Amino acid sequence: MYSYLEQELQSRFNLFKLWQQPPSKIPEFLKSNQRTIKAVVSNARVGADAQLIDSLPNLEIVASFSVGFDKIDLKRCEEKGIRVTNTPDVLTDDVADLGIALILAVLRKICPCDGFVRSGKWKDGDFGIVTFPCFLLQFSSKPVGIVGLGRIGSAIAKRAQAFGCSISYHSRTQKPLKHYKYYDNIVDLAKNCSILVVACSLTDETRHIVNREVIDALGPRGILINVGRGAHVDEPELVSALLEGRLAGAGLDVYEDEPEVPDPLLRLDNVLLLPHVGSDTVETCNSMADLVLANLEAHFNSRPLPTPVI
Amino acid sequence: MTKPIYSYLQAELEKRFKVLKLWEAQDGSRFLEDHNQIIRAVVSDGGTGLSPELMAALPKLEIVSSFSVGMDKIDLGKCKEKGIRVSNTPDVLTDDVADLAIGLTLAVLRKLPASDRYVRSGMWKKALYCEMLLYFQFSGKSVGIVGLGRIGQAIATRAEGFGCKISYHSRTPKPESSNYTYYPSVVDLAAHSDILVVACALTNETRHIINREVIDALGPRGVLVNIARGATVDEPELVSALVEGRLGGAGLDVFENEPNVPEQLIELDEKVVLAPHAGSGTEETRKGMADLVVGNLVAHFEGKELLTPVV
Repeated sequence: MYSYLEQELQSRFNLFKLWQQPPSKIPEFLKSNQRTIKAVVSNARVGADAQLIDSLPNLEIVASFSVGFDKIDLKRCEEKGIRVTNTPDVLTDDVADLGIALILAVLRKICPCDGFVRSGKWKDGDFGIVTFPCFLLQFSSKPVGIVGLGRIGSAIAKRAQAFGCSISYHSRTQKPLKHYKYYDNIVDLAKNCSILVVACSLTDETRHIVNREVIDALGPRGILINVGRGAHVDEPELVSALLEGRLAGAGLDVYEDEPEVPDPLLRLDNVLLLPHVGSDTVETCNSMADLVLANLEAHFNSRPLPTPVI
Repeated sequence: MTKPIYSYLQAELEKRFKVLKLWEAQDGSRFLEDHNQIIRAVVSDGGTGLSPELMAALPKLEIVSSFSVGMDKIDLGKCKEKGIRVSNTPDVLTDDVADLAIGLTLAVLRKLPASDRYVRSGMWKKALYCEMLLYFQFSGKSVGIVGLGRIGQAIATRAEGFGCKISYHSRTPKPESSNYTYYPSVVDLAAHSDILVVACALTNETRHIINREVIDALGPRGVLVNIARGATVDEPELVSALVEGRLGGAGLDVFENEPNVPEQLIELDEKVVLAPHAGSGTEETRKGMADLVVGNLVAHFEGKELLTPVV
């Protein structure tokens, strides 16, 4: 857990640290403390499933250190009258920044370039400029397609526009206030952009929304950026497209089964692999932590929750 | 051609001209002597330019067409004296260099290479949450730009998309950029910036414009990004500041003595991101630059106006 959050929780509440328990001991641990546990603080990766919720009969609130709540069983919480909160807005900028960072780093091969200089190979020759076709691609003015034009998608669009990019998007419904080109289906979006960015929330409808058809429509000069959830993308299809050259590159902050990353990706220099750090800046982690604390304090003082999901 | 620059460029030149490759000659001076009556043009790049020796060895030289926007390795005054035309490749590379400036800034603040290595090495599977790598926000930060020319302005426009506050230093204030804060002193600019980007041309005045005083003003949370010329920065001072923690981080595309990079920078692989002078290195831009180089030569030999003359 983020140390600042842990410290604050420890000083204000009686904190039970589930991650310190060996997995086999967890049911026992929960059983022996179930009377006293009234709140769960979770995150994007772990969430709160039905099993956890059911094992805590006095649970009143799940406060997630994330904006995504796909791993929280909302239905079960609603049934039992358990409140759920998340951390929207404070992390929008950081995730959007990372979306752009991934685009630039993949197109301009920033990490392989860094490795190239550090290895001493620059002294032997130019980075692919002379020896083989230069496969560094331009970002400015390229058409960017965004899947999901919520807070994060809009923030990505705003930044990409500053690079002269044209913006198009796909979402459940068209957003009349946004003057970007709308595609009611994602395959058409992919056909008409060079950079496809996944920034929607994970629901039953958006699971594997980026599938083989979408990847092929994006094409061999296209790149895929995922700052949503790993499950948005059919990962094996993504891997084979990259290996076969049907896709030019990918920038990923999320994966279907974190922290597992498909082995073939680890050897490719046209992908950038990040360990789900979209909102992990010091500034934002502090704000997210403050929001978690504010939600908990509000709940236990019977005040309206600042950022409730339910 | 002084060196192998880009295969597409060479091919295009060979279609239209007789191309003599200086780098293939066993004895460079002899080679020049043998051909000095027929060489009327030189194609070079930013790093090599036109050395005084080369200029002296080519009495029939009429034009230098540089595959770069930077002119610091060509004695423009001497060229003017001798009636030698000089052309460069402005504008076509502005966007790419500006993109890389932002790319390096984000790569430093969000520690992209170190994080990518964290995944590839398998460390992520061992320790889910890496608190060793501290990431810092870019959005909303103060960006100071040294040199508000084409590239500096393009960087400012992009940074504004992230809600950054823009300030700058240049020889004179730019009235058309009144929404940015002007600092007549680079030290003051650095003191008021979280990220300092060097985007000016290299001249006698800007050599080592980023010195110890500027670096100290930028401070232990500050980040320096250099996409201009290595010599604008006092490199040993930069290195010691990074090693001692007096500077937070750096994103560098250029160095004082390319392709040599100080060993200590190689070792600092979390707070420093390095690139091999790749600012304009995209397929699209290189092709655009090559077309300009060729276009300027063709215009000259057809007696027309140069497309992008410097002298």
